[in-house]
Formats: sequence, C-alpha cells, structure tokens
Amino acid sequence: MTRMKCTLSVLIVAVSAMGLSGAAGVWDKKLSRDEKALHALNRLAFGPRPGDLERVRAMGVEKWVELQLNPERIRESDVLLAKLKPLDSLTMSNREMLAQYPPVQLIRAFSAARGKAANLNLTPEQKENLDRLSRQYRERRENKGKEDEAAQRKRPDLRGVLSSDQAAKLFRGTPEEKAEVFQQLSPEQRTKLLEAFPGAARGMREAPTGVRREILTTTAPQLVLTMDLLEQKLYRAIYSEKQLEEALVDFWFNHFNVYLNKGPVRHMALSYERDAIRPHVLGKFKDMLLATAQHPAMLFYLDNYQSVDPKALEEMGRRAKRAGIKIPARARGLNENYGRELLELHTLGVDGGYSQADVVAVARAFTGWTIRDTLSDPKFQFIDRVHDKGEKTVLGKKIAAGGGVEDGMKVIELVAHHPSTARFLSRKLAQRFVTDAPPQALVDRMAATFQKSGGDLREVMRTMLQSREFFSQGAYRAKVKSPFEMVVSAVRTSGADVNSAITLAQEIEKLGQPLYRKEEPTGYYDTAEEWVSTAGLLARMNFSLSLMDNKVRGVEVAADKLSDAEPAKLAEALLLSKPSAATQETLAKGLEGKSATPRLTAGLVLGSPDFQRR
Amino acid sequence: MNTRRFFLRSSALAVAGFGAAPAWMQRAFAAEGTARKKVFVTIFQRGAADGLNIVVPFTEKRYYALRPTIAIPEPGKDAGALDLNGTFGLHPALRPLKDLYDQKLLAIVEATGSPDPTRSHFDAQDYMESGTPGVKSTRDGWLNRSLSPAGAASPVRAVSMGPRLPRTLRGANPAVALNSVKDFRVSDDSASMALQSMYAGSVDTELHGAGKDTFEAVKLLESLRKQNYAPGNGAQYPNGRLGANLMQIAQLIKADIGLEAAFADIGGWDHHTNETLQLNNLLREFGGAIGAFTQDLGDRMEEVVLVTMSEFGRTAHENGNRGTDHGHANSMFVVGGNIAGGSIYGKWPGLEKEQLYEGRDLAITTDYRHVVSELIAGHLGRGDTSGVFPGFRNAGQKLGLLS
Repeated sequence: MTRMKCTLSVLIVAVSAMGLSGAAGVWDKKLSRDEKALHALNRLAFGPRPGDLERVRAMGVEKWVELQLNPERIRESDVLLAKLKPLDSLTMSNREMLAQYPPVQLIRAFSAARGKAANLNLTPEQKENLDRLSRQYRERRENKGKEDEAAQRKRPDLRGVLSSDQAAKLFRGTPEEKAEVFQQLSPEQRTKLLEAFPGAARGMREAPTGVRREILTTTAPQLVLTMDLLEQKLYRAIYSEKQLEEALVDFWFNHFNVYLNKGPVRHMALSYERDAIRPHVLGKFKDMLLATAQHPAMLFYLDNYQSVDPKALEEMGRRAKRAGIKIPARARGLNENYGRELLELHTLGVDGGYSQADVVAVARAFTGWTIRDTLSDPKFQFIDRVHDKGEKTVLGKKIAAGGGVEDGMKVIELVAHHPSTARFLSRKLAQRFVTDAPPQALVDRMAATFQKSGGDLREVMRTMLQSREFFSQGAYRAKVKSPFEMVVSAVRTSGADVNSAITLAQEIEKLGQPLYRKEEPTGYYDTAEEWVSTAGLLARMNFSLSLMDNKVRGVEVAADKLSDAEPAKLAEALLLSKPSAATQETLAKGLEGKSATPRLTAGLVLGSPDFQRR
Repeated sequence: MNTRRFFLRSSALAVAGFGAAPAWMQRAFAAEGTARKKVFVTIFQRGAADGLNIVVPFTEKRYYALRPTIAIPEPGKDAGALDLNGTFGLHPALRPLKDLYDQKLLAIVEATGSPDPTRSHFDAQDYMESGTPGVKSTRDGWLNRSLSPAGAASPVRAVSMGPRLPRTLRGANPAVALNSVKDFRVSDDSASMALQSMYAGSVDTELHGAGKDTFEAVKLLESLRKQNYAPGNGAQYPNGRLGANLMQIAQLIKADIGLEAAFADIGGWDHHTNETLQLNNLLREFGGAIGAFTQDLGDRMEEVVLVTMSEFGRTAHENGNRGTDHGHANSMFVVGGNIAGGSIYGKWPGLEKEQLYEGRDLAITTDYRHVVSELIAGHLGRGDTSGVFPGFRNAGQKLGLLS
C-alpha cells in the first residue's frame, strides 16, 4: 500500500468513527482484495489465525462466506475435538449432569433422604459419588459448632496419605508440581487431604483441564459444569472451523441472556446454550424463541416458572390438599417479568409498539409454563390447572378464552413474525456485524428478507453478508472488539496453544465482560462506547503483554511464532495489515531502557490501538 | 435502540498528531492537584429498588393490605422498621443509615423519580443517567455535564468504579473508569511508555481520547498505588464490591488530587420473587458501605454530597411470587456534612387506588432532576444548571436539602 492510500483509508476510518458517515460515500467505497479477506475473517470469525488469510484468499471470499453460512458442510477441526473431549458434561442430558456433578442443594436433598431422594436413575458410580458427597456433607454438618477452635486447628494425621516429598511439592511447589501430586492420589486420599487442608487446592483452577476436573469432582463437583461451559466457549471460538456459527451463538445467547449465578441457572446454562440457542442460530427465529421460552434456564431466570393464575391456584389448593400434591410455596399469582422482556428484549424492541396492557396479557398467556424437577431433572412442563383461561388481547389480537398451552404458542407465533421484530433483530445483527450505527437501507433490506422468509436467520445473514455495505470502507475496521473478541483474536493471531481456558475467561472478565454473568436480561450492548474506557484499555494492554510473555497460565505462545526479529514485520504478521503510522514509529524508535524482545514487541502490537478494532 | 456516538473532545489533538512525531502531550495539571474540591458522589441501584420496603410508610393501612407477605412490620415489632418521624421508617437492615439520619447527615426524598412512564430497565436507566427522560438522542450524561468546563482540571476529576464507563459520566469532560487503584497501571514501565506514544499518536479518535485519559490518570495515581490505604475513624467497609468501591473513592478524596465527581453502582435489586431475604442482604451491604464511607471521611464529609438513585420503583402491591414487579416512584438518599439532614422531603402521594400512578404504582411528586440540580447548584456551585438538565424547568419550590 502506498503512503497516499494509507492516509486515505486512515482518514476514512476516522471519519466513519466520528459518525460523520452521512456522506453516504463510504458505503459505496469497495474494499481491496486483501482488505476483503481480512474483513471477512474479522467479522465472520474471531480474527485470523496464522495462514487463514491465505486460505480464504485462495478459496475466494464469497465462497468462504457461503461455506460459513452452511456450517453443516464444514469438517470440524481435530484440534478442537481433542480439546473438547475431556469435557464430558457437554454431551450429558440435564439429568446426567446433575447426577455426575451435583450442586450442594441436590447433595443436601440426597443426604436428607439417605439416597432415596429425587427420582434419579443413577449408575452405580454416580450413586457411589453421591453417597460419598452426602456422607461428607453430613459429617461437616455434624461437626459444625461442636468443635472448638483448638480442635479445628488440630489436623488429621496425613502420614500415610502423603510422602514428605509429596507434601513439600503440594505446599511449596509450582502449580504443575501440585497438579502432579494430586494426580498421584486416590479420590479418598484427595478428599482426606482437602478436608484437612482446603487451601491445598488453591491455584488449581488454572491447572490443566483434566487434572482440574478430577480435583473438582471430588471437592466441588458443581463447579465442573461452570468450568466446562466456559472452556467449551473459548475452545470453540479459538479453534472451531465453524467460526460464524460460534459468533452467532455468542450473539444469540447474549440476545436471550440468562445469568449463570441465579440459582439453578448454574446447572442449566450449558444445555440452554447447546439445546435452545446453538441449533437455531441459522434456522428459523421462531424455533429459537420457542426453545428459549420452554427452556428451564429461561423459565427460571425470568421467573415465569412461578407465574400462575391466582384464581386457579385457590381452586387447585383445595384439590391438591385432598390429593396430597405439593404446590410450590411461592407460586401465588402472576409474574410480569418474562412477558415484558419477551416483548422488549427478545422480539419487538422497546419502541416496537406494545403497552403495559400487552405485557400483562402476555404474562397471563404464559401462566402454567413451568419447570418439572428443577433440582434433579429440569424439564419444561405445562400445568393446565394454574393457567389463566380468560380471554386475552395481545397487540390487538384476541386469544379466545378456554385455551391451554397454545395461548403461549399463539403469542410466540404473533411476535416472532411481527414487523417490529424483523426490524429490531435486523438492526441488532447489523450493529454486531457491520457497524455501531448501521445504514437504515441495509437494515430495511434485512428486515424485508426476515419477513419474506418467515424469519429465516440464514437468509437474513446472507442478505447482510452479500450487501454492498458489508464489504465497504464504511464497515472496514469500524467495530471496536468486545473483550471476548479481543482476547480470542489475540490468542488466534499469536497461534497460541491453549491447555486451560479458565485463565482466559478470567482475563476477559478483567477487560469488562464476565462470560455468562451479565446479570441483566439486556445482555451486553455491543457498541464501542460500552468497551472503550480507561480501565478497559489498561486491561487490554496488560493482557497483551502477559499473553505474549507466556504469563497467562495454561496458554503458550511458542518462540517460533515470533521469529520475525524485525518489529515492523512482526507487527504486520500479527495484524495481517500494515500497522498505523503511530504504531510503526513507536516500534521503530524502540524502548527506553530496555531492549524490545520479539515477545515484548508482540505484546505492544496486540495492546496497540490497531488491534482493538475489527 | 439508539447508538450514541463518541465525543470529539480530542479531535483537535488527533489531527495535530497525525503525521507529526508521536509527541504525546502531557498536561500541566501537576500544580493543580493540591486544592480541595467539592465532591459529588452518585450511587446507582441497578434493577429498580423497592423504595416502599426501604423507606416504609408504616402508618398506611393500605401498605400492609397491598403487601400481605412482604411488608416491613411497624416499628417495635419483630424485624420492624426503624422509626424516623412517626410516619416513615427505614428497613431494619439500614441501621447505619438510621444513625446518619439521627446525626442529621442524611436526608430522604420520598416519591421521587424520573417522569418518563417506561418500565423498561434499560430505557429508564438510560434516561436517568442521560438526564433527559424521554429523549433518546442525548449523547452525554448529566454527571459529566455537571462538571464545569475547566482548562486545567485534574485527569481524575471524574471517576467511575468498575471496568466500564457508565452512561452518566460519558461526555465532553474526561472521565476515568477504575477497577482498582492498586492495579491501575501498565505492568511494564518501558512498555507503558511505548503504548502511551502509540495511543497519543493514533488518528483513531475514540481510542486516542481514551488512551490519553488513561495515561494521564495512571501518572497521577502512581503514588496512591503504592499506598496501603487504611480507612479513618475505625470505619469498616462491608464485604462486596460497593464497599470496596466506596473505600477507594474515599481514598481518592483524601488524596486531594482533584476529584469532583465519583460514581459507583450496585446491582441485584430486581426482586420479582422472594424479595424479603434478598432485599435484606442487599440493604445490609448498601447501608453498611455508605455508613463506613461517611465514618471514614469524618470531617471531610463537609466537602461531599452523596446521592442514591434507582431507575424506577416497584409495584405498590406484591406480585404472585412474594416479590414485586416494575413500578414508578422511588425514594432517594442524600448524605453529606452540609445536608439539612434528619428530615424527609417531598410530598407523599398516598397508596389508595386513585392515588396510585396508573392505578398500581407509587406516583412521582418530585422529579429526581429537581433533587440533583439543587445539589449541584448549591454544592458544586453551578449557579445555572439548565445545561446539566436541558429542557428541565424546575417548577416547584426549592426543597432546601442543603443547610
């Protein structure tokens, strides 16, 4: 690229970033061949890995985009499959997950009923596991309060459990040495050890996946599910060949957000993403909407599982008493939470033209949509007896009295295909994939496709990805990366090998985006001003330096990936384009009082303004 | 959804920096730092706190009728409200705030909020933070606008605790998002210099501006980072993020580095179900943190006004799940050494059906902008606050919150 061209494109980026793109010109200015391939990899994928740019150019950008729109035709990466293999919860049903990795509440229930609790079909190993955990739980409870301080300080004798060499490694060794000792112990030995010295497991969350899972299974099994959930998200984003699908899973989970730390959502979120979101990201919107509406994670998160018709409940209470059925103590009437967010956040949008009366009518239509067996085998269940049978008017449409589960279905049908929904979703997708303030003409075309195709999300995506605006200077480098995108793209471009992704999740949190832990149903807002802040920038810079210096535990950047001694060449290898003038000049000038090793240079490049955009 | 654009405060520098040597600019604020400033602290309760169970109208029969299982009992009863004036009482978990009320350091405004009818968390927070209810196109926030335009103000004149900058602090004045004072630096000094020069020379307006704010603040906070801060007067902050954040705000205030506006938030108020236990725990943290902050600052509370707000209140009646749904008016707390405390301000609209907003929620009798503009005018000395809350004309009388 000549200096002239460089200046020009830089100015265009500056102008579009300043929001002065009213000059519609930027949406007509085409990208060069190189820019086009890089742009596609920055938008449909989480940035390029070494070699990706050449592969996409060789295949042809259009062909690659079409392939990404059809992930079922893509052969998944063997590296990814190997990374996912130890995470056995990924293929378990909700019931299996809970039996294998029970939360404290379940252990408590199991313990109280001495194994007869909760109708579980347990394998002998699972039963043994629960027996052991509930024994531990009972012992802890019985000892609580009995012990005085002196007794607590007296540790059980660990001779016979640990050799002196093992003990030394465990208490003073590196995390790797610690992990090695843990692996040598039997589950019983581990339990004994951890009961005596709970601190011995400190720092083990960053241990290699296999070791960590084993330790957690004996000590805090419910954490295994959270860690598997985090790791699979990161491994897929980093290694999957189906990159667009991953970007869309991230987008739609955020759209239909649930909060991991709200009670049992912790053990439902994995199946929520896998069963309610993932299968539909390139399917019909209505199917995804229905799948989320009926998933226990959403039913719990937005409280609909407790929303009942108060009148029906009185009647039911009388009958239940006679029949000996237990009604959840808290279910006493209507709850508007889901009804409101369904309209405001999931479908029509806040300006989509609904009223408070619509919110109440929608909430009434969903009464009785609840969860069966929250603790041991959560599943959707409709309880007709607590359903509000009255007539409802939703968005001017009458739902006749006397209906059952179909009342909710009718609402879903109505809002899934509403023109406001088409506009709201199209704009939000364009905001994620094109630019913070997408051109209205593009949004309108996407919304028209949504309407024509009956809400087919693959078609909507195709309209966007084949548009003139998508591959234009108006979109090029117009988006600031979210913390998730920043961290994943850094790992990808550096060709790092990830053997534990938990530390990466912790880094992403420091950058301002705790994964699966956005408490509000809005999800994260995906615009630059949400992510550009002083604390956020410092965290990005510090992450970049420690990543390239191999200080992020579980992640390794091999030296041969940094063989370009020349700073400018190294920068270009990481950015896949010419660095900006300021970045180039700084690198050329070198560092004060320190020699710029390739690792340090690479850290600077990833921390530079250049790498914060996609 | 509206997309707000970035602010162009650094555009002149960006143009100057382009093509020129990457000479990053250092502002001459060093001498500025010593003067004590008036400080305005805002705490946002995200998720819509249930004002009626926080400041309890315990003489209203209707209150107990509307909330058969979650109402706070009258003072004197088990877990009863803490009597303030014979009519209203504080939630029993708010003992630290009751003490401040008795010391006349705390004033309460009843039936206040943002007049826009929305019951959407996002829109209501957005409006409350922008300071222009009902207007989505506003780009900046009222807390940022409350800072008077000053040539050589401190780079840490406006601080928000947390990794992201809240809406209310976005705007033309530089503002800092701070995770923790201790970690506010680039881990490697030489790298820090290089990164500073990259951001200073960048033509990317947004990143250039944020980078500049970042490195100026890093420099100013350098000595504080190494300080092992011990709260004053034996103050003990509760566990949790709010306590940690208020403690660091107190540290910044005492360091006299030019802080004028500080922001912290606390989430988790959206109690659609099982409200009693959750509210109790959250208020313990909330009240404990504000109490410790006040104790920590001691006499320096003379320079501080702290105000709390939440995007809207909750339904007057409890819902079917021992919780409450989205409502309208709420209450606000105002704390400070110059506050005419020990009183409850605002007009109580009542809880009878015909007195409720849309027949279901507590009505608003005092616009929250009335409260905030009075405090900004009086405490920060901004005579004219029409620029802070554009379009807002204060029709009512002065509340008289400042003594």
